[in-house]
Amino acid sequence: MSPRATAIQLERLRIVRGGNTVLNDVTVSVSEGIITGLLGPSGCGKTTLMRTVVGNQKITAGSATVLGHAAGAKSLRRRIGYVSQSPSIYRDLTTVENVRYFAALYGIGKHRVHEVIEAVGLTGQRTDLAGNLSGGQQGRVSLACALVCDPDLLILDEPTVGLDPLLRVELWERFVDMADQGKTLLISSHAMDEARQCAELILMRDGAILAHAEPEVILRQTNCSDLESAFVALVRSGLRPLEEARS
Amino acid sequence: MNATTHWATTVRILTQLRRDRRAMFMILVIPALITVLFYATLSLQGAGPDGRTPYDRLGIFQIAVIPCAVMFPIAAITMRRERASGTLDRLFTTPMSKLDLLAGYGTAFSLGALAQAVIVTLVAYRVTDLSTAGSPLLVAMVCVLTAVLGVALGLFFSAFAETEFQAVQFAPIVLVPQLFLAGVFIPRDEMPGWLHSFSDVLPLTYVVEALQQISANTEATPQMWRDIGVIVAFIIAAVLGGAATLRRQEA
Repeated sequence: MSPRATAIQLERLRIVRGGNTVLNDVTVSVSEGIITGLLGPSGCGKTTLMRTVVGNQKITAGSATVLGHAAGAKSLRRRIGYVSQSPSIYRDLTTVENVRYFAALYGIGKHRVHEVIEAVGLTGQRTDLAGNLSGGQQGRVSLACALVCDPDLLILDEPTVGLDPLLRVELWERFVDMADQGKTLLISSHAMDEARQCAELILMRDGAILAHAEPEVILRQTNCSDLESAFVALVRSGLRPLEEARS
Repeated sequence: MNATTHWATTVRILTQLRRDRRAMFMILVIPALITVLFYATLSLQGAGPDGRTPYDRLGIFQIAVIPCAVMFPIAAITMRRERASGTLDRLFTTPMSKLDLLAGYGTAFSLGALAQAVIVTLVAYRVTDLSTAGSPLLVAMVCVLTAVLGVALGLFFSAFAETEFQAVQFAPIVLVPQLFLAGVFIPRDEMPGWLHSFSDVLPLTYVVEALQQISANTEATPQMWRDIGVIVAFIIAAVLGGAATLRRQEA
Protein backbone atom coordinates (compact mmCIF):
# COMPACT_ATOMS: atom_id res chain seq x y z
CA MET A 1 0.00 0.00 0.00
CA SER A 2 1.22 3.46 -0.78
CA PRO A 3 1.58 5.66 2.27
CA ARG A 4 -1.31 7.96 1.50
CA ALA A 5 -2.62 10.56 3.89
CA THR A 6 -5.92 9.84 5.59
CA ALA A 7 -8.95 11.81 4.44
CA ILE A 8 -11.54 10.22 6.70
CA GLN A 9 -10.88 8.47 9.98
CA LEU A 10 -13.75 6.81 11.79
CA GLU A 11 -12.87 5.60 15.26
CA ARG A 12 -15.18 3.20 17.09
CA LEU A 13 -18.08 5.05 15.51
CA ARG A 14 -21.50 4.13 16.80
CA ILE A 15 -24.73 5.63 15.49
CA VAL A 16 -28.09 4.92 17.06
CA ARG A 17 -31.17 6.24 15.27
CA GLY A 18 -34.65 5.86 16.65
CA GLY A 19 -33.49 3.08 19.00
CA ASN A 20 -31.78 1.13 16.20
CA THR A 21 -28.05 0.72 16.08
CA VAL A 22 -27.25 1.64 12.48
CA LEU A 23 -23.47 1.68 12.79
CA ASN A 24 -21.83 -0.46 15.41
CA ASP A 25 -18.31 0.25 16.51
CA VAL A 26 -17.01 1.13 13.06
CA THR A 27 -13.32 1.87 12.72
CA VAL A 28 -12.05 2.57 9.24
CA SER A 29 -9.89 5.06 7.39
CA VAL A 30 -10.31 6.38 3.86
CA SER A 31 -7.17 7.43 2.02
CA GLU A 32 -6.72 10.75 0.30
CA GLY A 33 -6.52 11.06 -3.48
CA ILE A 34 -8.21 7.81 -4.43
CA ILE A 35 -11.68 6.46 -5.07
CA THR A 36 -12.96 4.32 -2.25
CA GLY A 37 -16.06 2.27 -2.93
CA LEU A 38 -18.53 1.67 -0.13
CA LEU A 39 -20.40 -1.50 -0.92
CA GLY A 40 -23.07 -3.45 0.80
CA PRO A 41 -26.71 -4.37 0.67
CA SER A 42 -29.45 -1.83 1.13
CA GLY A 43 -29.92 -0.97 4.79
CA CYS A 44 -26.38 -1.89 5.87
CA GLY A 45 -25.54 1.65 7.03
CA LYS A 46 -23.80 3.12 3.95
CA THR A 47 -25.96 6.22 3.85
CA THR A 48 -25.69 6.81 7.60
CA LEU A 49 -21.91 6.50 7.38
CA MET A 50 -21.87 9.09 4.58
CA ARG A 51 -24.24 11.41 6.41
CA THR A 52 -21.93 11.25 9.40
CA VAL A 53 -18.94 12.22 7.26
CA VAL A 54 -20.73 15.25 5.77
CA GLY A 55 -21.91 16.32 9.24
CA ASN A 56 -25.63 15.64 8.84
CA GLN A 57 -25.76 12.87 11.41
CA LYS A 58 -25.26 13.17 15.15
CA ILE A 59 -22.66 10.79 16.52
CA THR A 60 -23.77 8.54 19.38
CA ALA A 61 -20.30 7.37 20.35
CA GLY A 62 -16.80 7.31 18.88
CA SER A 63 -15.41 9.89 16.52
CA ALA A 64 -15.29 10.90 12.86
CA THR A 65 -12.38 13.00 11.62
CA VAL A 66 -12.60 14.43 8.12
CA LEU A 67 -9.66 16.21 6.42
CA GLY A 68 -8.19 16.75 9.89
CA HIS A 69 -11.33 18.23 11.46
CA ALA A 70 -14.21 16.77 13.42
CA ALA A 71 -17.03 15.82 11.03
CA GLY A 72 -19.49 18.69 10.67
CA ALA A 73 -16.86 21.37 11.41
CA LYS A 74 -17.61 24.70 9.78
CA SER A 75 -14.30 24.81 7.92
CA LEU A 76 -15.20 21.57 6.13
CA ARG A 77 -18.34 22.92 4.47
CA ARG A 78 -16.42 24.51 1.61
CA ARG A 79 -14.35 21.40 1.02
CA ILE A 80 -16.94 18.63 0.87
CA GLY A 81 -19.35 17.91 -1.95
CA TYR A 82 -22.26 15.65 -1.09
CA VAL A 83 -24.70 13.93 -3.39
CA SER A 84 -27.45 12.28 -1.41
CA GLN A 85 -29.19 9.15 -2.60
CA SER A 86 -32.41 10.83 -3.70
CA PRO A 87 -31.58 14.03 -5.59
CA SER A 88 -31.67 16.95 -3.14
CA ILE A 89 -32.55 19.61 -5.66
CA TYR A 90 -35.42 22.01 -6.19
CA ARG A 91 -37.86 20.41 -8.61
CA ASP A 92 -39.52 23.74 -9.34
CA LEU A 93 -36.24 25.32 -10.46
CA THR A 94 -34.46 24.68 -13.76
CA THR A 95 -31.16 22.85 -13.97
CA VAL A 96 -29.17 26.05 -14.27
CA GLU A 97 -31.12 27.76 -11.47
CA ASN A 98 -30.39 24.85 -9.14
CA VAL A 99 -26.67 24.84 -9.89
CA ARG A 100 -26.46 28.65 -9.81
CA TYR A 101 -28.08 28.69 -6.36
CA PHE A 102 -25.60 26.20 -4.89
CA ALA A 103 -22.75 28.09 -6.58
CA ALA A 104 -23.94 31.28 -4.88
CA LEU A 105 -23.86 29.56 -1.47
CA TYR A 106 -20.15 28.95 -2.00
CA GLY A 107 -19.60 32.38 -3.55
CA ILE A 108 -18.72 30.87 -6.92
CA GLY A 109 -19.23 32.58 -10.29
CA LYS A 110 -21.27 31.74 -13.37
CA HIS A 111 -18.59 30.27 -15.62
CA ARG A 112 -18.17 27.37 -13.22
CA VAL A 113 -21.94 26.75 -13.32
CA HIS A 114 -21.88 26.10 -17.07
CA GLU A 115 -18.70 24.07 -16.76
CA VAL A 116 -20.23 21.57 -14.32
CA ILE A 117 -23.53 21.37 -16.20
CA GLU A 118 -21.55 20.43 -19.26
CA ALA A 119 -19.47 17.97 -17.23
CA VAL A 120 -22.57 16.03 -16.14
CA GLY A 121 -23.95 16.11 -19.69
CA LEU A 122 -26.97 18.31 -19.06
CA THR A 123 -26.24 21.23 -21.37
CA GLY A 124 -29.30 20.29 -23.41
CA GLN A 125 -31.47 20.37 -20.29
CA ARG A 126 -30.12 23.64 -18.90
CA THR A 127 -33.42 25.44 -18.88
CA ASP A 128 -35.68 22.45 -18.15
CA LEU A 129 -37.42 22.30 -14.80
CA ALA A 130 -35.66 19.72 -12.65
CA GLY A 131 -39.03 18.18 -11.82
CA ASN A 132 -39.55 17.36 -15.51
CA LEU A 133 -36.22 15.55 -15.85
CA SER A 134 -35.80 11.79 -15.56
CA GLY A 135 -34.56 10.29 -12.29
CA GLY A 136 -31.06 9.84 -13.67
CA GLN A 137 -30.96 13.42 -14.96
CA GLN A 138 -32.12 14.73 -11.58
CA GLY A 139 -29.30 12.78 -9.97
CA ARG A 140 -26.87 14.53 -12.31
CA VAL A 141 -28.28 17.96 -11.41
CA SER A 142 -27.61 17.01 -7.80
CA LEU A 143 -24.08 15.94 -8.78
CA ALA A 144 -23.50 19.24 -10.61
CA CYS A 145 -24.58 21.11 -7.46
CA ALA A 146 -21.96 19.16 -5.49
CA LEU A 147 -19.18 19.57 -8.08
CA VAL A 148 -19.69 23.31 -8.40
CA CYS A 149 -17.59 24.12 -5.30
CA ASP A 150 -14.69 22.00 -6.63
CA PRO A 151 -14.57 19.95 -3.42
CA ASP A 152 -11.48 18.20 -2.04
CA LEU A 153 -13.70 15.40 -0.81
CA LEU A 154 -16.67 14.14 -2.75
CA ILE A 155 -19.22 11.92 -1.05
CA LEU A 156 -21.53 10.23 -3.55
CA ASP A 157 -24.41 8.10 -2.38
CA GLU A 158 -25.39 5.71 -5.21
CA PRO A 159 -24.66 8.26 -7.97
CA THR A 160 -25.10 5.99 -10.97
CA VAL A 161 -28.38 4.23 -10.21
CA GLY A 162 -30.58 4.02 -13.28
CA LEU A 163 -28.10 5.64 -15.63
CA ASP A 164 -27.55 4.74 -19.26
CA PRO A 165 -24.41 2.52 -19.37
CA LEU A 166 -22.51 4.95 -21.59
CA LEU A 167 -23.18 7.80 -19.22
CA ARG A 168 -22.21 5.61 -16.30
CA VAL A 169 -18.85 4.93 -17.91
CA GLU A 170 -18.36 8.64 -18.62
CA LEU A 171 -19.14 9.61 -15.05
CA TRP A 172 -16.74 7.01 -13.71
CA GLU A 173 -14.05 8.34 -16.05
CA ARG A 174 -14.69 11.74 -14.57
CA PHE A 175 -14.41 10.39 -11.03
CA VAL A 176 -11.10 8.73 -11.92
CA ASP A 177 -9.87 12.04 -13.38
CA MET A 178 -10.78 13.80 -10.17
CA ALA A 179 -8.89 11.23 -8.10
CA ASP A 180 -5.89 11.70 -10.40
CA GLN A 181 -6.04 15.41 -9.59
CA GLY A 182 -5.71 14.53 -5.91
CA LYS A 183 -9.38 14.62 -4.92
CA THR A 184 -10.78 12.03 -2.55
CA LEU A 185 -13.96 10.23 -3.50
CA LEU A 186 -16.14 8.00 -1.38
CA ILE A 187 -18.77 6.38 -3.56
CA SER A 188 -21.44 4.01 -2.34
CA SER A 189 -23.12 1.44 -4.48
CA HIS A 190 -25.02 -1.74 -4.14
CA ALA A 191 -23.90 -2.72 -7.62
CA MET A 192 -20.77 -4.79 -7.09
CA ASP A 193 -19.68 -4.51 -10.72
CA GLU A 194 -18.85 -0.83 -10.30
CA ALA A 195 -16.34 -1.71 -7.61
CA ARG A 196 -13.62 -2.59 -10.09
CA GLN A 197 -13.08 1.10 -10.74
CA CYS A 198 -12.26 1.82 -7.09
CA ALA A 199 -8.74 1.80 -5.72
CA GLU A 200 -10.04 0.47 -2.42
CA LEU A 201 -13.26 -1.09 -1.24
CA ILE A 202 -15.08 -1.05 2.02
CA LEU A 203 -17.61 -3.86 2.30
CA MET A 204 -20.36 -3.35 4.83
CA ARG A 205 -23.09 -5.48 6.29
CA ASP A 206 -25.45 -4.93 9.21
CA GLY A 207 -23.79 -1.72 10.38
CA ALA A 208 -20.31 -3.20 10.50
CA ILE A 209 -17.29 -3.27 8.21
CA LEU A 210 -16.81 -6.67 6.63
CA ALA A 211 -13.63 -5.87 4.74
CA HIS A 212 -11.48 -2.97 3.65
CA ALA A 213 -8.85 -3.60 1.02
CA GLU A 214 -7.99 -3.25 -2.65
CA PRO A 215 -10.41 -5.16 -4.90
CA GLU A 216 -7.69 -7.59 -6.00
CA VAL A 217 -6.74 -8.32 -2.40
CA ILE A 218 -10.32 -9.12 -1.49
CA LEU A 219 -10.64 -11.44 -4.48
CA ARG A 220 -7.33 -13.12 -3.75
CA GLN A 221 -8.03 -13.65 -0.07
CA THR A 222 -11.47 -15.08 -0.71
CA ASN A 223 -10.36 -17.08 -3.72
CA CYS A 224 -13.21 -15.66 -5.72
CA SER A 225 -13.32 -14.38 -9.27
CA ASP A 226 -15.97 -11.74 -8.71
CA LEU A 227 -16.86 -9.44 -5.85
CA GLU A 228 -20.40 -10.71 -5.51
CA SER A 229 -19.15 -14.17 -4.51
CA ALA A 230 -16.31 -12.64 -2.50
CA PHE A 231 -18.92 -10.77 -0.49
CA VAL A 232 -20.86 -13.98 0.16
CA ALA A 233 -17.67 -15.80 1.11
CA LEU A 234 -16.77 -13.05 3.57
CA VAL A 235 -20.18 -13.14 5.20
CA ARG A 236 -20.04 -16.93 5.53
CA SER A 237 -16.52 -17.15 6.91
CA GLY A 238 -16.51 -14.05 9.05
CA LEU A 239 -13.05 -13.60 7.52
CA ARG A 240 -11.69 -10.09 7.67
CA PRO A 241 -8.98 -9.17 5.18
CA LEU A 242 -9.07 -5.85 6.91
CA GLU A 243 -6.62 -3.18 7.92
CA GLU A 244 -4.37 -6.05 9.05
CA ALA A 245 -4.01 -7.15 5.47
CA ARG A 246 -3.03 -3.66 4.42
CA SER A 247 -0.06 -3.15 6.71
CA MET B 1 -24.84 36.34 8.00
CA ASN B 2 -23.74 36.61 4.42
CA ALA B 3 -25.39 39.07 2.01
CA THR B 4 -24.75 36.96 -1.13
CA THR B 5 -26.26 33.84 0.44
CA HIS B 6 -29.20 35.77 1.82
CA TRP B 7 -29.96 37.38 -1.53
CA ALA B 8 -29.43 34.16 -3.53
CA THR B 9 -31.91 32.44 -1.22
CA THR B 10 -34.42 35.27 -1.58
CA VAL B 11 -34.19 35.08 -5.38
CA ARG B 12 -34.45 31.29 -5.28
CA ILE B 13 -37.64 31.33 -3.20
CA LEU B 14 -39.19 34.15 -5.26
CA THR B 15 -38.46 32.13 -8.42
CA GLN B 16 -40.14 29.07 -6.90
CA LEU B 17 -43.07 31.20 -5.80
CA ARG B 18 -43.40 32.75 -9.25
CA ARG B 19 -43.57 29.28 -10.84
CA ASP B 20 -46.46 28.35 -8.57
CA ARG B 21 -49.28 30.26 -10.25
CA ARG B 22 -51.88 29.19 -7.71
CA ALA B 23 -49.79 30.29 -4.75
CA MET B 24 -49.30 33.65 -6.49
CA PHE B 25 -53.05 33.90 -6.95
CA MET B 26 -53.57 32.99 -3.28
CA ILE B 27 -51.15 35.67 -2.14
CA LEU B 28 -52.07 38.51 -4.46
CA VAL B 29 -55.73 38.09 -5.37
CA ILE B 30 -57.54 36.03 -2.73
CA PRO B 31 -57.25 38.52 0.17
CA ALA B 32 -58.69 41.28 -2.05
CA LEU B 33 -61.53 39.02 -3.25
CA ILE B 34 -62.39 38.06 0.32
CA THR B 35 -62.41 41.74 1.25
CA VAL B 36 -64.95 42.43 -1.48
CA LEU B 37 -67.05 39.43 -0.38
CA PHE B 38 -66.85 40.58 3.22
CA TYR B 39 -67.99 44.02 2.18
CA ALA B 40 -70.82 42.69 0.00
CA THR B 41 -72.27 40.70 2.91
CA LEU B 42 -71.63 42.97 5.89
CA SER B 43 -72.76 46.16 4.18
CA LEU B 44 -76.21 44.64 3.67
CA GLN B 45 -76.95 45.51 7.27
CA GLY B 46 -77.68 49.19 7.77
CA ALA B 47 -75.64 51.54 9.88
CA GLY B 48 -76.07 51.27 13.66
CA PRO B 49 -76.81 54.14 16.09
CA ASP B 50 -73.18 55.28 15.76
CA GLY B 51 -73.66 55.67 12.01
CA ARG B 52 -71.28 52.76 11.24
CA THR B 53 -72.10 49.57 9.36
CA PRO B 54 -70.69 46.22 10.53
CA TYR B 55 -68.22 46.49 7.66
CA ASP B 56 -66.96 49.83 8.97
CA ARG B 57 -66.23 48.17 12.29
CA LEU B 58 -64.89 44.79 11.08
CA GLY B 59 -63.51 45.43 7.59
CA ILE B 60 -60.26 46.88 8.87
CA PHE B 61 -59.48 43.74 10.89
CA GLN B 62 -60.35 41.44 8.06
CA ILE B 63 -57.86 43.04 5.66
CA ALA B 64 -55.04 42.33 8.11
CA VAL B 65 -56.06 38.90 9.34
CA ILE B 66 -56.61 37.26 5.94
CA PRO B 67 -53.04 37.99 4.73
CA CYS B 68 -51.71 36.42 7.92
CA ALA B 69 -53.90 33.36 7.34
CA VAL B 70 -52.75 33.11 3.70
CA MET B 71 -49.03 33.48 4.44
CA PHE B 72 -48.91 31.07 7.39
CA PRO B 73 -49.56 27.84 5.47
CA ILE B 74 -47.52 28.92 2.43
CA ALA B 75 -44.46 29.56 4.60
CA ALA B 76 -45.05 26.44 6.71
CA ILE B 77 -45.42 24.18 3.68
CA THR B 78 -42.46 25.61 1.78
CA MET B 79 -40.23 24.99 4.80
CA ARG B 80 -41.76 21.56 5.39
CA ARG B 81 -41.00 20.72 1.76
CA GLU B 82 -37.43 21.91 2.18
CA ARG B 83 -37.03 19.44 5.03
CA ALA B 84 -38.77 16.54 3.29
CA SER B 85 -36.99 16.89 -0.06
CA GLY B 86 -33.56 16.58 1.55
CA THR B 87 -32.55 20.03 0.34
CA LEU B 88 -32.44 21.33 3.92
CA ASP B 89 -29.89 18.66 4.91
CA ARG B 90 -28.03 19.42 1.71
CA LEU B 91 -27.98 23.17 2.45
CA PHE B 92 -26.56 22.43 5.88
CA THR B 93 -23.52 20.78 4.26
CA THR B 94 -22.79 24.12 2.54
CA PRO B 95 -21.36 27.20 4.29
CA MET B 96 -24.88 28.68 4.56
CA SER B 97 -25.94 29.71 8.07
CA LYS B 98 -29.40 28.98 9.49
CA LEU B 99 -30.15 32.69 9.76
CA ASP B 100 -29.21 33.21 6.09
CA LEU B 101 -31.81 30.63 5.18
CA LEU B 102 -34.54 32.06 7.41
CA ALA B 103 -33.69 35.61 6.36
CA GLY B 104 -33.99 34.52 2.71
CA TYR B 105 -37.41 33.07 3.43
CA GLY B 106 -38.37 36.15 5.41
CA THR B 107 -37.30 38.59 2.70
CA ALA B 108 -38.91 36.68 -0.17
CA PHE B 109 -42.25 36.28 1.58
CA SER B 110 -42.15 39.81 2.95
CA LEU B 111 -41.86 41.13 -0.61
CA GLY B 112 -44.91 39.03 -1.41
CA ALA B 113 -46.62 40.40 1.70
CA LEU B 114 -45.83 43.95 0.62
CA ALA B 115 -47.42 43.43 -2.79
CA GLN B 116 -50.37 41.77 -1.10
CA ALA B 117 -50.83 44.63 1.38
CA VAL B 118 -50.74 47.26 -1.37
CA ILE B 119 -53.41 45.44 -3.38
CA VAL B 120 -55.70 44.66 -0.46
CA THR B 121 -55.45 48.18 0.97
CA LEU B 122 -56.17 49.75 -2.42
CA VAL B 123 -59.20 47.51 -2.88
CA ALA B 124 -60.42 48.15 0.66
CA TYR B 125 -60.29 51.93 0.31
CA ARG B 126 -61.17 52.31 -3.38
CA VAL B 127 -63.61 49.48 -4.06
CA THR B 128 -65.26 48.87 -0.69
CA ASP B 129 -65.09 52.42 0.67
CA LEU B 130 -63.46 51.44 3.92
CA SER B 131 -63.04 54.54 6.01
CA THR B 132 -60.67 55.09 8.90
CA ALA B 133 -59.74 58.19 10.84
CA GLY B 134 -56.07 57.33 10.39
CA SER B 135 -54.02 57.01 7.20
CA PRO B 136 -54.42 54.04 4.82
CA LEU B 137 -50.62 53.93 4.78
CA LEU B 138 -50.60 53.00 8.45
CA VAL B 139 -53.20 50.30 7.73
CA ALA B 140 -51.02 48.97 4.90
CA MET B 141 -48.01 48.94 7.21
CA VAL B 142 -49.90 46.84 9.77
CA CYS B 143 -51.07 44.54 6.93
CA VAL B 144 -47.46 43.94 5.86
CA LEU B 145 -46.36 43.28 9.43
CA THR B 146 -49.25 40.90 10.03
CA ALA B 147 -48.43 38.98 6.85
CA VAL B 148 -44.77 38.80 7.91
CA LEU B 149 -45.96 37.61 11.32
CA GLY B 150 -47.88 34.87 9.50
CA VAL B 151 -44.65 33.92 7.65
CA ALA B 152 -42.60 33.85 10.86
CA LEU B 153 -45.19 31.78 12.72
CA GLY B 154 -45.51 29.45 9.71
CA LEU B 155 -41.73 28.88 9.61
CA PHE B 156 -41.70 28.25 13.35
CA PHE B 157 -44.65 25.86 13.45
CA SER B 158 -43.46 23.93 10.39
CA ALA B 159 -40.84 22.43 12.71
CA PHE B 160 -43.62 20.66 14.60
CA ALA B 161 -45.34 19.26 11.52
CA GLU B 162 -44.15 15.94 10.18
CA THR B 163 -46.06 16.25 6.91
CA GLU B 164 -47.36 19.02 4.68
CA PHE B 165 -50.84 17.93 5.70
CA GLN B 166 -50.10 18.65 9.36
CA ALA B 167 -48.49 21.95 8.39
CA VAL B 168 -51.78 23.07 6.85
CA GLN B 169 -53.72 21.91 9.89
CA PHE B 170 -51.64 24.15 12.12
CA ALA B 171 -53.06 27.23 10.42
CA PRO B 172 -56.57 27.14 11.96
CA ILE B 173 -55.22 25.82 15.26
CA VAL B 174 -52.82 28.73 15.58
CA LEU B 175 -54.96 31.48 14.07
CA VAL B 176 -58.60 30.89 15.03
CA PRO B 177 -58.21 31.08 18.83
CA GLN B 178 -56.15 34.23 18.39
CA LEU B 179 -58.94 35.74 16.37
CA PHE B 180 -61.51 34.94 19.10
CA LEU B 181 -59.35 36.45 21.80
CA ALA B 182 -58.01 39.47 19.94
CA GLY B 183 -60.95 41.71 20.79
CA VAL B 184 -62.66 41.70 17.40
CA PHE B 185 -65.88 40.04 18.50
CA ILE B 186 -65.81 40.82 22.21
CA PRO B 187 -63.90 43.83 23.52
CA ARG B 188 -60.97 42.70 25.61
CA ASP B 189 -62.15 44.86 28.52
CA GLU B 190 -65.21 42.65 28.86
CA MET B 191 -63.23 39.42 29.03
CA PRO B 192 -62.78 37.63 32.36
CA GLY B 193 -59.29 37.87 33.81
CA TRP B 194 -57.96 34.54 32.57
CA LEU B 195 -59.10 35.13 29.01
CA HIS B 196 -57.69 38.62 29.12
CA SER B 197 -54.31 37.32 30.29
CA PHE B 198 -54.36 34.68 27.58
CA SER B 199 -55.07 37.27 24.90
CA ASP B 200 -52.19 39.38 26.28
CA VAL B 201 -49.67 36.80 25.07
CA LEU B 202 -51.13 36.36 21.56
CA PRO B 203 -49.63 38.45 18.75
CA LEU B 204 -52.89 39.03 16.88
CA THR B 205 -54.22 40.94 19.91
CA TYR B 206 -51.70 43.69 19.18
CA VAL B 207 -52.53 43.69 15.48
CA VAL B 208 -56.18 44.31 16.31
CA GLU B 209 -55.34 46.94 18.91
CA ALA B 210 -53.08 48.80 16.48
CA LEU B 211 -55.84 48.77 13.85
CA GLN B 212 -58.37 50.02 16.40
CA GLN B 213 -56.03 52.91 17.10
CA ILE B 214 -55.71 53.75 13.40
CA SER B 215 -59.45 53.36 12.92
CA ALA B 216 -60.28 55.86 15.67
CA ASN B 217 -57.44 58.40 15.57
CA THR B 218 -56.38 60.73 12.78
CA GLU B 219 -52.74 60.69 13.93
CA ALA B 220 -50.55 57.71 14.82
CA THR B 221 -50.85 57.21 18.57
CA PRO B 222 -48.10 56.11 20.97
CA GLN B 223 -50.18 53.07 21.76
CA MET B 224 -50.22 52.10 18.07
CA TRP B 225 -46.42 52.35 17.93
CA ARG B 226 -46.17 50.28 21.09
CA ASP B 227 -48.42 47.63 19.52
CA ILE B 228 -46.29 47.61 16.38
CA GLY B 229 -43.21 47.20 18.57
CA VAL B 230 -44.83 44.16 20.18
CA ILE B 231 -45.71 42.67 16.77
CA VAL B 232 -42.12 43.12 15.59
CA ALA B 233 -40.89 41.47 18.80
CA PHE B 234 -43.18 38.48 18.13
CA ILE B 235 -41.82 38.24 14.56
CA ILE B 236 -38.21 38.27 15.80
CA ALA B 237 -39.02 35.72 18.51
CA ALA B 238 -40.70 33.40 15.98
CA VAL B 239 -37.74 33.63 13.57
CA LEU B 240 -35.23 32.94 16.35
CA GLY B 241 -37.45 30.11 17.56
CA GLY B 242 -37.51 28.82 13.99
CA ALA B 243 -33.70 28.98 13.84
CA ALA B 244 -33.52 27.01 17.09
CA THR B 245 -35.69 24.25 15.63
CA LEU B 246 -33.41 23.85 12.59
CA ARG B 247 -30.82 21.21 13.34
CA ARG B 248 -27.75 20.76 11.23
CA GLN B 249 -27.39 17.26 12.60
CA GLU B 250 -30.07 14.65 12.79
CA ALA B 251 -30.16 12.75 16.07
